[in-house]
Amino acid sequence: MRNTFSEALYEAATQNPDVYIVVADISPAGSMAKFSQQYPERFINVGVAEQSMIGICAGLALKGCQPFAYTIATFSLYRPFEMVRDDLCYQNLPVTVVGMGAGVIYSTLGGTHHTQEDIAIAGALPNMQILAPCDPPECTEATRWCATQRNGPVYLRIGKAGEPVLTKDAEPWVFGKLRYLRRGKDVCILSYGVITKMAVEVANRLEAQGRSVSVVSCHTVKPLDRAGIADALRSHKQVIVIEEHAPQGGLAPQTKQIAWDIRATCRLDTFTLQDAFIHNYGSHDDLLAAHGLEPGKILRTIGAEG
Amino acid sequence: MRNSFDPAAARERCRRYRRRILDISQQVSALHIGSAYSCTEIVDTIYHGLMDRSRDTFLMSKGHGCMIQYVILEELGILSRADLDAYCTPGGRLGVHPDYGNPGIEGSTGSLGHGLSMVVGMALAERGRKTGGTIYTVLSDGEVQEGSTWEATMMATSLGLPNIVAFIDNNDFQSLGRTSETHPSFYPVVDKYRAFGWECVEVPGHDAEAIFNAVASRGGTKPLMVVAKTTKGKGVSYMENVPIWHYRSPSKDEYARAVQELEAAR
Repeated sequence: MRNTFSEALYEAATQNPDVYIVVADISPAGSMAKFSQQYPERFINVGVAEQSMIGICAGLALKGCQPFAYTIATFSLYRPFEMVRDDLCYQNLPVTVVGMGAGVIYSTLGGTHHTQEDIAIAGALPNMQILAPCDPPECTEATRWCATQRNGPVYLRIGKAGEPVLTKDAEPWVFGKLRYLRRGKDVCILSYGVITKMAVEVANRLEAQGRSVSVVSCHTVKPLDRAGIADALRSHKQVIVIEEHAPQGGLAPQTKQIAWDIRATCRLDTFTLQDAFIHNYGSHDDLLAAHGLEPGKILRTIGAEG
Repeated sequence: MRNSFDPAAARERCRRYRRRILDISQQVSALHIGSAYSCTEIVDTIYHGLMDRSRDTFLMSKGHGCMIQYVILEELGILSRADLDAYCTPGGRLGVHPDYGNPGIEGSTGSLGHGLSMVVGMALAERGRKTGGTIYTVLSDGEVQEGSTWEATMMATSLGLPNIVAFIDNNDFQSLGRTSETHPSFYPVVDKYRAFGWECVEVPGHDAEAIFNAVASRGGTKPLMVVAKTTKGKGVSYMENVPIWHYRSPSKDEYARAVQELEAAR
């Protein structure tokens, strides 16, 4: 996903001389070498200095530029949090803060490198928009949108590398709207970001058991498509939320809130990371499983064959 | 930057600004009067001697000192008298710290340690567009204790941005006492900035001509830091170097005494 981000950004920088990327000693691979060679004055590496990364992006944006801040998600959002809040959100500047490797992707690196609460934290900030693409092509769409939008700040939550394409047969990507990757009648699985891959696997196994299943990428986490979620809750007998985020402040509690508001009658199950730092040093899948996010367990919990 | 600077005119402007701030102080219970008086000559020199306002930018990094910026913007006609009369009132648009979006305010500040990084970003943008624009800023000496200020200090020279002219309002006070007592090893600051590759000079911070000359005679190949030795509350004797005037507004009696002193300085 980071490669497709850098390719889309290079393309945007070629079209717009005001596109900058400010990185903090972490650089996306792919076309970023081409970006830094071709536009060295617009590729800024601040080193291990994330507060200044955000402040510099704010200064560029105050002068009309379209900057991106880029590093591992914990360091792009948590370390410089007050700069994100005051410099970007309070001033409502069109800066994209890229959180790479969000969730527990950096599984073996431990809790210092896990981003379990980013949606809650970024989502609480006025003016902040949040995009979390589910696969590389969706990351391209999101990056292109970020490079031209003038609404205000964006937290772009992306994965790392090797994510499968899930959107081959999906509807077009539209900012602020749910995107159905497939449409079914019985069950609807809402997800966003890299873990959407697990949503697709759960859907495949449910379909093998004779169920008709929708899979939805809620790529725009803020502003959330409340009407779209209400529609999904009304039009399916069962709705499942799968997200790689703490139980608080993410898609799961918001979906429950919408369900309450519309007096939804469907069955609703939510699966999130635990509210815990888990000291497990296996693969990304191992760590997700340690949090309880595993297709078999999800299926058994919802009453299907695991 | 102008070719010449009239120190007598600057003295009269600064007296007038202090009086206007003093008058506004009677509308509210607090307005950081000591902090504004501390950097009056610095901000006046930036606006009236150094800046080409068609091209250059001023960001008040020590946002709590912005009363001096407000009264200058009022005199320049960028803010209105009504704006300042409505300072810190529900219908007004000016608060204790400067907000981006208000006329003449180029960035929101108030939390210390944010300004210099934004200045670096602005200077980069000006360089990218080849405008020749210079970014001016004023930091408080307490603000220089923020780690983020040193990240930006490092970035300004690593990125080679000579189009930054920064001032430290070195009045030696922060909320709980003297900055030099909080961090004795931090002084002299000049050495620190030179070590980071900045051009750095020290000036008497209430001598407008000295401030102007320090910037006018700069080398111009590096960012410039002017460490201005100032007095908190400068201009009203009972406020000078008394920490409570960081924030408080004078009572009616105190106001009358301050008016007398400022008028005597004509």
